[in-house]
Amino acid sequence: MHKEFLMGNEAIAMGAVAAGVNLVCGYPGTPSTEVLETVAKHRPADCYVEWSINEKTAMEVAAGAAYAGSRVLVTMKQMGLNVASDPLMCVEYVGVKGGMVVLVADDPGPISSQTEQDTRSFARFSKVPCFDPSTAQEAYDMMEEAFALSEQYGTPVFVRPTTRVSHGYASIDVKDAEEYRTHKAEGFIKDTKKWVIFPRASFLNHQRIEARNAQLTQELSASGFNGILPESGEMADVRKGLAAGGISYTYALEARKALGSTRLLKVGTPFPFPEELALQFLDGLDEVLCLEELDPVIERELIYLCGKHHLNVKIRGKLTGDVQAAGENTVDSVKTAAASFLGLAAGGQEALELPPLPVRPPVLCAGCPHRASFYAVKQAMKGKKTIYCGDIGCYTLGNAMPLDMVDTCLCMGAGLGIAQGVFHTEPDTSCFAFVGDSTFFASAIPSVINGVFNQADFTLVVLDNSTTAMTGHQPHPGTGRTMMGENVPAISIESVLKGIGLTCVETVDPLDHEAAVACVQTVAAQKGVKAIIFRSPCIAVSKPAGKCGVDPDACIGCRTCIDEIGCPALSFADGRAVIDEGQCTGCGLCSQLCPAGAIAPVRKEARHE
Amino acid sequence: MSKNIILCGVGGQGTVLASRLISAAAMKEGLPVQSAETIGMAQRGGSVFSHIRIGEGADTPMIGLGQADLILGFELGETVRQLPYLRKSGRVIAADRAVMPVTASLSGGYDPALMKQYLQKNVADLQIVEVEKAFAELGSAKVLNLLLLGAAFYADSLGLQKESMLSAIEDNVPAKFLDLNKKAFCYFD
Repeated sequence: MHKEFLMGNEAIAMGAVAAGVNLVCGYPGTPSTEVLETVAKHRPADCYVEWSINEKTAMEVAAGAAYAGSRVLVTMKQMGLNVASDPLMCVEYVGVKGGMVVLVADDPGPISSQTEQDTRSFARFSKVPCFDPSTAQEAYDMMEEAFALSEQYGTPVFVRPTTRVSHGYASIDVKDAEEYRTHKAEGFIKDTKKWVIFPRASFLNHQRIEARNAQLTQELSASGFNGILPESGEMADVRKGLAAGGISYTYALEARKALGSTRLLKVGTPFPFPEELALQFLDGLDEVLCLEELDPVIERELIYLCGKHHLNVKIRGKLTGDVQAAGENTVDSVKTAAASFLGLAAGGQEALELPPLPVRPPVLCAGCPHRASFYAVKQAMKGKKTIYCGDIGCYTLGNAMPLDMVDTCLCMGAGLGIAQGVFHTEPDTSCFAFVGDSTFFASAIPSVINGVFNQADFTLVVLDNSTTAMTGHQPHPGTGRTMMGENVPAISIESVLKGIGLTCVETVDPLDHEAAVACVQTVAAQKGVKAIIFRSPCIAVSKPAGKCGVDPDACIGCRTCIDEIGCPALSFADGRAVIDEGQCTGCGLCSQLCPAGAIAPVRKEARHE
Repeated sequence: MSKNIILCGVGGQGTVLASRLISAAAMKEGLPVQSAETIGMAQRGGSVFSHIRIGEGADTPMIGLGQADLILGFELGETVRQLPYLRKSGRVIAADRAVMPVTASLSGGYDPALMKQYLQKNVADLQIVEVEKAFAELGSAKVLNLLLLGAAFYADSLGLQKESMLSAIEDNVPAKFLDLNKKAFCYFD
């Protein structure tokens, strides 16, 4: 054992490595991404790591490896679990041989997601046991337990951190490399009764799963990840208790320091719920306040237990309006709710009255080629009836003013289907679907085929910046480099589209504004499904072209550059446009728009001059 | 010792590395440390913060309102945004620097001078760091994080040793930027 300062996601990765994981796969998504990246960085010789093209494929790769006896870890964010749910629901019925841990990071807030869905609820729905870490140390320790439970019962197991656990750092105890477990995969053994899912087998497996989970509610009551404070069982006369899980448990510990030692139930395995332990906790209480994020999972379990055992305990939380229904909990929201529940003053210092603060919605970076792509389409289609269907990635930020180029955004790859639905309803609208290169491979291709087969008419715009930018620059099939460090042939987006049968597929550099506008006009005028590929690398993975500067004597103060493209490097001061050299990458888009010719590259030549 | 530190700024300013360096230095001194970072969409020009808690007795990485001993502000408006977290006796070290959001460039509504006045009026223990002058002398504007870290260190606000800070910088900063970053850290020596 030694101490290391690790991010929660790094702790999860190192916990898996220490448990002898043989295969790790997943699809990037905040807040889960660093788990797989950390395994890849510290990869033991006999461990295979891949970014799969999407979560469904990742879940299937993981299942296959677990069938063959490997210990596997598959990683994704909560939205990805929706994509992977088809194989997961079935794998739970079929079962696994090697340990299979499904790491799903939830995002209360939400901070970087479309929904506030709760994987603990998904655990109940899919019948898959679930661990819910409250700290980086616990996340590390849970990995070995999760693999062991998975192998003992032949079931996938969820480990479900939330953003503050995934992205929190702590100095934690980790094993030395000599202490790592090694796991040897037995290999796949043919057995059609086991590995081929059939209705009769599923009926029998369903019975087995229900019996197992009933047994687990008892076994998990003894798990060290669940517990009651104070441990000694003193304060037998208390009438009120708190129940918490995940990061909210750590907030409850802080609240307890300020408010006095109330009885506190910690739930580290929300499914199957540790019923016996919860009954001990409820014994003698009149009221309980549940502190948790996302769904009221602990709250409903305790209400259920009170009904099942005829206990007269009032369970409070989200369902009673004592705790906010949505959004993140905080140290202070938990303390305030607990103080009010216990009839105490929360204390704290007087609130400051702050002046109006700048609003900072996230924006496309200075020099981002997506800005140029959106602007080219906007200019080319001026005055026409259009719909711009957006998608998931940095380019969702094309919605911000002044670009205002995202009319819809739903989930990964959805923009293509939405464009087709709008076309079938109002054929006179020029429908556009914008999709990034990574999202194209992850989930857009079937919808292109759907559009071609069903005779839809829309323009597919692939924003190819040669990386998976939003989640931190992961490779994908178009980049030609795998997570194992191999250089492999890159899959060509043009070839995929032509192979599907598109006859109009044009590739253009969006930073060449005139050419880009002309290309959009030509392609959009064609019938059927046609595609534009805007190809220019993400500024974070390429060398800047240089810097642009404003000649203050030539600038006429017309604000065209600022009002048209909304680049964060551009601002207006003393009646003139100003470029922040710290941010400018010399993309040259603003210089191509300036009616006075006042913007030009400084120092190095910008790429279009 | 026990210390709660908040770093705040705008995505892309380098708060994550600065936070990492403080934590790494604390680890070198054998102190328990926890921290929390903003990672994700907000890194694209949004408001970002890091919470760092050094010492025994912290059950969560998140700092509560009125619990921060130090706010290290990389941007004036963002520094003001975090003030509710400052203890009455706490210190603020803030860069004299504003990052204009696109929304403000388009339609106004952000006057950094007002933010500075607000800090001066409401924070008893305030140090404003003239960063532009330092950037000119250092020949780079890319070292805001190390410059502020140094300002905090030399104001005895971190409670950490110089050797552990320098060693953390050597461990975490790429070799080709090391000299510049060390110079920025030592600017206020």
